[in-house]
Amino acid sequence: MVRDIVRRLVFYAVTRVPRDVYNALRRALVEETNDIARTCLEFMVKNIEYAMRNKIPVCQDTGVLYFDLVVGEDFPVKSKLKNIIYDVVRELTLEGLLRPNAVHPFTNVNSGDNTGRFVPWIDYSLVEGSDLKVSVIVRGGGSEFVAKLYTIPPVKGLNAVRKAVLEAIIDAGPKPCPPVIVGVGIGATASIALKLAQKALFRKIGVRHPDKRVAEFEENLLHDINKLGIGVHGFGGKTTALDVKVEYSHRHVALYSVGVVLSCWALRRASAIIHGDGKVEYDGDEVWD
Amino acid sequence: MGLRVLKLKTPLSDNDVRTLKAGDVVYLTGIIVTARDLAHKKAVELLKSGGSLPLSLRGLAIFHAGPIVRKEDGKWRIIAIGPTTSTRMEDVEYDFIRLTGVKMVIGKGGMGEKTRKALKEYCCVYAVYPGGAAAIAPTMIEEVIDVYWLELGVPEALWVLKVRDFGPLITVMDSHGNNLYEDVMRNAREVYESLT
Repeated sequence: MVRDIVRRLVFYAVTRVPRDVYNALRRALVEETNDIARTCLEFMVKNIEYAMRNKIPVCQDTGVLYFDLVVGEDFPVKSKLKNIIYDVVRELTLEGLLRPNAVHPFTNVNSGDNTGRFVPWIDYSLVEGSDLKVSVIVRGGGSEFVAKLYTIPPVKGLNAVRKAVLEAIIDAGPKPCPPVIVGVGIGATASIALKLAQKALFRKIGVRHPDKRVAEFEENLLHDINKLGIGVHGFGGKTTALDVKVEYSHRHVALYSVGVVLSCWALRRASAIIHGDGKVEYDGDEVWD
Repeated sequence: MGLRVLKLKTPLSDNDVRTLKAGDVVYLTGIIVTARDLAHKKAVELLKSGGSLPLSLRGLAIFHAGPIVRKEDGKWRIIAIGPTTSTRMEDVEYDFIRLTGVKMVIGKGGMGEKTRKALKEYCCVYAVYPGGAAAIAPTMIEEVIDVYWLELGVPEALWVLKVRDFGPLITVMDSHGNNLYEDVMRNAREVYESLT
């Protein structure tokens, strides 16, 4: 059963974008006055609708799959989850839904089925209860290519964090297929910062961080990024980013570690909660037709 | 100022290329050949050592792209295809343009100074197909005419595609030395200075 659900999630993730992303792109189109940006946005929206209708991937780069599992300690399946996920990914690659993207870095041999050492990547967290939450996000090469890590001394403070994110967006320019969704992680260490930046991208467009100060930081940053005017695919115009998501941990006294992970406009994710009694709740904005 | 939209056919002439200005939108009919990292390297090495490519690219368009394909009844079909990041080909694109006589390079994300020089010297343009819009691209592909260098792997092979009104292709770098991205990024840097 878990197997069928994971299969469904990966299928939905790659053959559409979540409804919140789709709506954000349509809003951007309504607001846009730059002719080239409009031409691209119209074409991108048409592409999503075509992909959904015909059950084909939105983008040919079906990426590396990144899973986030929240496992209830009483959920019946635990250590077998990894094998289930690997089997599904292998199967969907051989069926031609996923492009084989997993390459051994020392031999350059493509595994041919998107599985390999540590990929697909799986994060686990253990919680009370009997539910399992499975989330998957597709990480394409174009936007990963421009990810950044900064280390900022505390005297420079949050304003330097803001500057670093703007710098990352300028450095990326048209390369990550804007309008982007910006994941920012402020963490105690380099690895925590990048992990939190990635985690932040699971949050829906328009949903702000529960902490008001963080929410405000997100909104201001989004405003500033859009002032840069890089625009859709770098052609200028009003929308450079669809949203900014910030996640944080308490930092080390000596530094702010800041990770910036971008998603292309085709942010692809899907999730479901499987209850201990077998009932399944798909996220209606992600598993939608 | 309105958008200039042009329909062009391959083989492209020098005159077709010179007409194109940064910012023009093109819908291309004719032959497009995919070529990314390894194909670029292999083609340039072959041509430099006096060899020849399996097909002449003179007047055609190349596409920085690696498709998802399926073989049905002995015939290849493109399931999804879209551009990959062009800057990865920057080191070899000058020689590639010089040696092949290709007239349009299609990709995403823009290219650098060496490519700009080649576009000017050998009369060629760099155009961008909107990245990520890969599902709809096969509706503009009439046929997979051939595939070469499959031994490099599916994404890296030379896929020869017959296309109709393929686009929108946004002219980013024209043969006159203009670069649309340069203006946008200069402005972005100025705004950054004022914000920080």
